Amino acid sequence: MNDMLIAVTLLLVAATATAAVAARDPVRQALVLAVLGVALALLFTVLQAPDVALSQLAVGSALTPLLLLLSVRKVRRRGRRKGRTE
Amino acid sequence: MSRRVRLWLLALGGAGLAALLFAACLELPGFGGDRHPYGERAVRESLARRTANAVSSVNFDQRAFDTMGEMTILFAAVLGTVVLLRQTRDEHRAQPAPAHVAPPVRRYALITLPVALLVGLYVVAHGQLSPGGGFQGGVVAATALHLLYLGADYRALERVRPVGLYEVGDALGTSAYLVLGIAGVLAGTAFLANTLLPYGTFNTLSSGGTVPLLNAAVGMEVACAAVVLLARFLDQAVEIEENAVGTEESGE
Repeated sequence: MNDMLIAVTLLLVAATATAAVAARDPVRQALVLAVLGVALALLFTVLQAPDVALSQLAVGSALTPLLLLLSVRKVRRRGRRKGRTE
Repeated sequence: MSRRVRLWLLALGGAGLAALLFAACLELPGFGGDRHPYGERAVRESLARRTANAVSSVNFDQRAFDTMGEMTILFAAVLGTVVLLRQTRDEHRAQPAPAHVAPPVRRYALITLPVALLVGLYVVAHGQLSPGGGFQGGVVAATALHLLYLGADYRALERVRPVGLYEVGDALGTSAYLVLGIAGVLAGTAFLANTLLPYGTFNTLSSGGTVPLLNAAVGMEVACAAVVLLARFLDQAVEIEENAVGTEESGE
């Protein structure tokens, strides 16, 4: 049962991580990154590391995507031509 | 050095690292086992100092010096951000217009804010007892504050968040950690040694000697650091604009 749970969460992490790499739009990437953070937090919880899971949840799925989104907003606000930052 | 030699050097180094890592992996305890030589020693030490959360005992007692390094990295990173993202001469601040917030979002954000803030403070205060501690709780408390940006607007957030105070708090948190470390030296033992205070009663708030104090210092440092970091990013994303000289269009 426990091994099953670990395998499922590992697959979840692999799937969301692949999705984060495959997403090309930075905004979408930030959102997928937040989901990846939750998946990693789940994995750490299943592996009995709740301290790391909490850090991952707070930093990986809240702070980092927020900083990314703010950076994207700043870059777009500069009114640079689209396509140059691709 | 020619390209060929460099590639050979890289291959050699990579192969050496791979061989060493492989050899190290052969000696690792099996996956998912319930015995670990380091774990047993760490838990024994943390129980001897009546710290219920063994991870906190490792972070703030047995390896408190490592944690000081990590805390200093965060402090330096935030300092760098503050310097890099300052308002330069060819930029000006535009007052952001109040944005319309959908009522359900506003309600949710304003209800969640105090709960999240309390959870963050709880996690900091109970670092020596339950999972979490200064790092985790600090980030939770800092991000909780920014629910005000979601629920109201940027100006409301700026009103409850004087960045200067948080910058001072960041420095104070870092200094408090160092002072606690030096207090250990003055008390006659060693830097950051957990011998200052009585260890207290196991599994109560006042247990673990200096662990709760170091936890609080880190919590303050991390919370203030995250607030300052986000403030600088938010300033850049919302307020600071380049003066219209070389730009084709300002904002969209």
